[in-house]
Amino acid sequence: MPRVLNIHLGATFAFLYTPIAVLIVLSFNKAGLPTAWSGFSIEWYGKLASNPKILNAAWNSVIVATISTLIATVLGTLLALGVERAKPSPARDALLFAPMIVPDIVLAIALLSFFTLIKFTLGLHSIILAHVVFNIAFVCAVVRARLKGFDWSLAEVSRDLGAGHLVTFRKITLPLILPSVVAAALLAFTLSIDEFIIAYFTAGAGQASTTLPMQIYSMIRFGVTPEINAMASIVMLVSFALVLLAQRLNHGRLPGA
Amino acid sequence: MSPRFISWLLMAPGLLWLTALMIVPCLLIFVLIFFERGTYGGIDWSAATLENLTRAFDQLYFSIFLDSARIALIATVIALLIGYPAAYAIMKAPERWQTSLLFLAILPFWTNYLIRTYAWIVLLNPVGVINNVLTYVGVISQPLPLLYNEFAIILGLVYNYTPFVILAIYSALQRLDPSYAEASRDLGATAVSTFIRITLPLTTAGVVAGAVFVFVLSIGNFVTPDLLGGGKLQMIGNLIYDQFLTARDWPFGATLSGLLIALMMIALFLQAVASGQARGEHA
Repeated sequence: MPRVLNIHLGATFAFLYTPIAVLIVLSFNKAGLPTAWSGFSIEWYGKLASNPKILNAAWNSVIVATISTLIATVLGTLLALGVERAKPSPARDALLFAPMIVPDIVLAIALLSFFTLIKFTLGLHSIILAHVVFNIAFVCAVVRARLKGFDWSLAEVSRDLGAGHLVTFRKITLPLILPSVVAAALLAFTLSIDEFIIAYFTAGAGQASTTLPMQIYSMIRFGVTPEINAMASIVMLVSFALVLLAQRLNHGRLPGA
Repeated sequence: MSPRFISWLLMAPGLLWLTALMIVPCLLIFVLIFFERGTYGGIDWSAATLENLTRAFDQLYFSIFLDSARIALIATVIALLIGYPAAYAIMKAPERWQTSLLFLAILPFWTNYLIRTYAWIVLLNPVGVINNVLTYVGVISQPLPLLYNEFAIILGLVYNYTPFVILAIYSALQRLDPSYAEASRDLGATAVSTFIRITLPLTTAGVVAGAVFVFVLSIGNFVTPDLLGGGKLQMIGNLIYDQFLTARDWPFGATLSGLLIALMMIALFLQAVASGQARGEHA
C-alpha cells in the first residue's frame, strides 16, 4: 500500500511540475515557434529586456505590489493583533475569510461598479486600493496563525514591570512576530504582483496603468510569441524565490490561500 | 484604556478598509440587480425592475450556470481523487521530509495563474509538446484535439487547484489522533476498512474545505475557460466579463455575480457546518 501511495505522490509531482519545466526549457529554444525544440539560445531573454511595453508593465506591477503590500502588512498585522485579543466572532471571521474565497471576477466588477458610481478616477492607485483588500485578509491570516502559539505572558510581564502598551509592543511582541509578518508581506507581494482580473477591471484604459499580468494576458490572447516563455520563466522563478524565503522565515510553515 | 477598546482600535483600520472596498461594493451589486442598463451603458436609475432576475433564469443563461456547475463539480471530484492520496502519502512519509514535500506540493499554487494556464496551451495545442511527442513515438498519426474544449478546461482547473486540496487534507490528517487508526487495526480491522471507517470520516472537514475552495473558484473562473476553452465554451465568469466589458449591460452582469455570491455563501455555510461537526466529534 505505501508503495502505491508513493507512486501516486510521484505522479502528482510530475503532473504539477512538468508544465513548468517545459516552459522553462522552451524559453531557451532558438526557433521562433514556441513549441518545438531547435537549439539552445538566450535570444528571447534579450528581446524581453529591450521591450519597453513589458518593462513598463513590470515596473507598474512592482509599484502596485510594493505599496499594496506595505499598507496591507500594517493593517493586516494590527487586525490580527486585535482579533486575537477580542471575543471570538464567527461573523468577523467570515468577513476576514471572504476576500480569499470570493471569485476574483465578482470582486473585480463590484469594485469597478463602485468606483464608477462614486466617480473615482481609475489607474494604478485604484488597483492598489483593490489589492489591499485581499492582501489584508491574507496577512491577517498568516499573523493570526503565528499568534495562536504566542506566549502572551511575555507581554504581561513587560506590562507588570511598568512598560506601556507601545513599548511592550515594540520591544516584546513585534520582535517575536516579526518573522511571520515579513513572511506574510513576501507572500502578499507575490499575490499582488501575479493578480490579473481585479487589476484588469480596476486599471482603467491605457498603457499607463497596464500591469505585468495584464501584459502577459494580452500577449497570450493576441498571439503567442517565444518571448512569453522567457517572461513566464522569470516571473515563476521570482515567485519561487519569494515564497521559499517566506517559508524559511515562517518556521517552515506555509499557508495555502 | 480598556483591553476591549485597544482591540477595537487595532482592528478598526483593517475592518473599515474591507467594509468600504469589499462589503459596500458587493452590496452595490445587489442593488444593481434591480435596475436596467442606460441607453449608452451605465445604469438607468429611473425605474426598478425584476427583469434581470427573470432573465438570469432564462434557459440560455441558466444552462450556462448548469454547465459551469457541472464543470466545477467534475474538477472538484478529480482534484480530491488526486489530492487525498497525495496528502496521505505525504503524511505517511518520514517526518523530516514532510515539510519539504508539502512545500513542494503547494509551491506551484504560488506562481502566476495565467502562466500556469498558458503552460497547458503549450502542452496541449495541435502542434504542442504532447501531440508532437505522441506523433514522434508513432502512437497517433493525426494530432489529438486536446485544447479548446471541456477536457482542457477541467484539466486546467484541476491543475491549478489540486495543491490547495493537498494542503487542506494534509492539515486534517495531521490533526487526526493516530491512536484511533491503531486501535482499529489492533481490533482486527483491515487497513482499507480502517481507512474507510475511521480516517476518512474524521478528515471530512479537510475534504469539505478543499472541495468548497475548488468548487467556488472553479465555478466563478474566468481565465481558464477563456484561455483553455478558446472562448467557445462559456462559463459564468466569462458571461459576467462579457456583460461588463463587451455588452455593457452592468445590471445583468451584476445579477449573475449576485447569484455567484449567493452560491459562495451556501458553500461557506456547508463548510462551517462540516467543520463544526468535525469539532464535535473530536470533543
